[in-house]
Amino acid sequence: MKSLAELQAIKERMRDKVVIREGVNETRIVIGMATCGIAAGARPVLNAFVEGVNENKLYDKVTVTQTGCIGLCQYEPIVEVYEPGKEKVTYVKMTAEKAKEVIEKHLKGGNVVKEYTIAYTKQ
Amino acid sequence: MIRAHVLVCGGTGCTSSGSKAIQKSFKENIEAFGLSDEVKLVQTGCFGLCELGPVVIVYPDGTFYSRVTPDDVKEIVEEHLLKGRIVERLVYNDTGSKNEEKADENVSLNDTAFYKSQNRVVLRNCGVINPEVIDEYIAMDGYAALGKVLTEMTPEDVIKIVTDSGLRGRGGGGFPTGRKWALTAPNKAPQKYVVCNADEGDPGAFMDRSVLEGDPHSIIEAMAICGYAIGATQGYVYVRAEYPIAVQRLQKAIDQAHEYGLLGKNIFNSGFDFELEIRLGAGAFVCGEETALMTSIEGNRGEPRPRPPYPAVKGLYNSPTVENNVETFANIPQIILKGAEWFASMGTEKSKGTKVFALGGKIKHTGLVEIPMGTTLEKIIYEIGGGIPNGKKFKAAQTGGPSGGCIPASLIKTEVDYDNLISIGCMMGSGGLIVMDEDTCMVDMAKFFLEFTVDESCGKCTPCRVGTRRLLELLDKITKGKGTLEDLDKLENLCNYIKQNSLCGLGQTAPNPVLATLKFFKDEYIAHVVDKKCPAGVCKSLLSFSIDKDTCIGCGRCAKNCPVEAIVKTDYVAPGHKLPSYTIDTSKCIKCGACMAGCKFNAISKV
Repeated sequence: MKSLAELQAIKERMRDKVVIREGVNETRIVIGMATCGIAAGARPVLNAFVEGVNENKLYDKVTVTQTGCIGLCQYEPIVEVYEPGKEKVTYVKMTAEKAKEVIEKHLKGGNVVKEYTIAYTKQ
Repeated sequence: MIRAHVLVCGGTGCTSSGSKAIQKSFKENIEAFGLSDEVKLVQTGCFGLCELGPVVIVYPDGTFYSRVTPDDVKEIVEEHLLKGRIVERLVYNDTGSKNEEKADENVSLNDTAFYKSQNRVVLRNCGVINPEVIDEYIAMDGYAALGKVLTEMTPEDVIKIVTDSGLRGRGGGGFPTGRKWALTAPNKAPQKYVVCNADEGDPGAFMDRSVLEGDPHSIIEAMAICGYAIGATQGYVYVRAEYPIAVQRLQKAIDQAHEYGLLGKNIFNSGFDFELEIRLGAGAFVCGEETALMTSIEGNRGEPRPRPPYPAVKGLYNSPTVENNVETFANIPQIILKGAEWFASMGTEKSKGTKVFALGGKIKHTGLVEIPMGTTLEKIIYEIGGGIPNGKKFKAAQTGGPSGGCIPASLIKTEVDYDNLISIGCMMGSGGLIVMDEDTCMVDMAKFFLEFTVDESCGKCTPCRVGTRRLLELLDKITKGKGTLEDLDKLENLCNYIKQNSLCGLGQTAPNPVLATLKFFKDEYIAHVVDKKCPAGVCKSLLSFSIDKDTCIGCGRCAKNCPVEAIVKTDYVAPGHKLPSYTIDTSKCIKCGACMAGCKFNAISKV
């Protein structure tokens, strides 16, 4: 090790690999991963969110986690986004592509992607 | 892409309760469910809650599974990792609240009673990182302190920040660390040394072991920092060979640090060289004493030598040497990074920072805890430790192992720091805290520790070699019911004589368990001597078992259980009973207690 920059580089490289152990962040993306969710294709959605969060270096703020059956099986895969001080947003019938869009527009841009939310889909 | 981490404790406690098999099972199950690309399995150091081991934590949720068996693993993988459903029956979420309602299933680890009041500075990486991967340590700000010291600070700056922080030696003595470094730095010599004392010998103590097992790089980093501050280029870690996991992980860490150039020549291009080697101790208690430890590193028989000259002047190989304990070193990188004020903001006026304790004995949460100095004993035992099991009463807490004293129940509100403990005739020690309930005989406890020091006395000086043996004989006499009141005076005089005249810390502190129990539990000594009774029912010679003839229904179970046929049938049939009762022939009885343990009618009692 000859410089602090080298040390910093290792730290940067490792950061997304250990940050997960610092516990749950204030912003949480929760994916329904019960049998119904998995059957409807929740796994690629989950993976897309994990990749998206890491690629965009959002891991210090956003935690991706999973939960059991939310109870609206016909709308699976369901993704809920919890942000501090804001109302929960529920996205339904998600896909990996939609997940990327949600990360881009909602988590980075701060705008809810209305057309994927449960309220919009039900109408 | 990894989305979840499964942390399995690989500390000594959980390893002995089977965490290796659990790791294996996790590996197999994660593969079987096709989750290898999504879930990472990590072996960590001690989480602290050894009583509930083997312990598994799943992140990002931070779900804390306790007492996991290999059979549970499939369920955790299938339910939690695959489907996102927490396996509630294995979750530890005791928040300690009196509310009997079902606890919120999402209780975070930091809200549980055990962790809530802790402040983990020394243990911050234990149970969080994989100690065998240097990159994980670096990700947690590892070696940043060494980098800062070598590129931005002078040795004087380093000593000043350590002095200002108020850090005191955690091995038990409590000598200010900054002063020790400042005393060594100006002494000129061709070679100076940094020594880490990892010869943890107190029965029931495992703080240093857990740090070495869970975060070995923090010790390496701190020793290099110390080397820079005092002008030493060679360090030794003296660790006992009985700690195989600690030795192996430390060696691995040293090798990795070498590979990264964090040890060796010209670290961070600063011109500073530092080498580190492990020296294995054979487990002699006296080698925890600093001069004996250095003599042992030199390859000689581990015997202490008189001070002065102090190690700061003539230590290892007659050169200026700083010797600090593992826990002391583990604080250093944090102090450098966060500053002296941050460290000094924790703790009490004269004892800054935190202290790690190994909780043991009659307590629910046996394990490792780190609390700010000045936390009351009551909080440690009842809040963090979960109280005394089986509804028994708290009697005393033993601190400092064979060199320490005890804190009786009446002083449970004592704020634990160096000076408060000394003022009540006790000492902090290295951090062993053994909790005793009403079933513990204090005379027997003192005798236990004396047996230990008699065994471990190196024999170099007479007060310790002969004195402790005489002390033990007196205690033995008392527990056999043959003591006199004069013996109690003799005991006290001999204690004080040994304290004043022994060569090293071992002898000077060996009488402490006797003095402390004499001070706080004199009535128990008197009961042994005058009434020939052991109030706690421990000392066998003063004990007899008897059967209450009216409660005994005459089933004969006790007679069957008795290994020496000391229990016989009588002619007496109690009113309401059909069979004659039994009685114990005390001349044959060996006081094993088998009869009492087997009696379903509580007819047998100790007298």
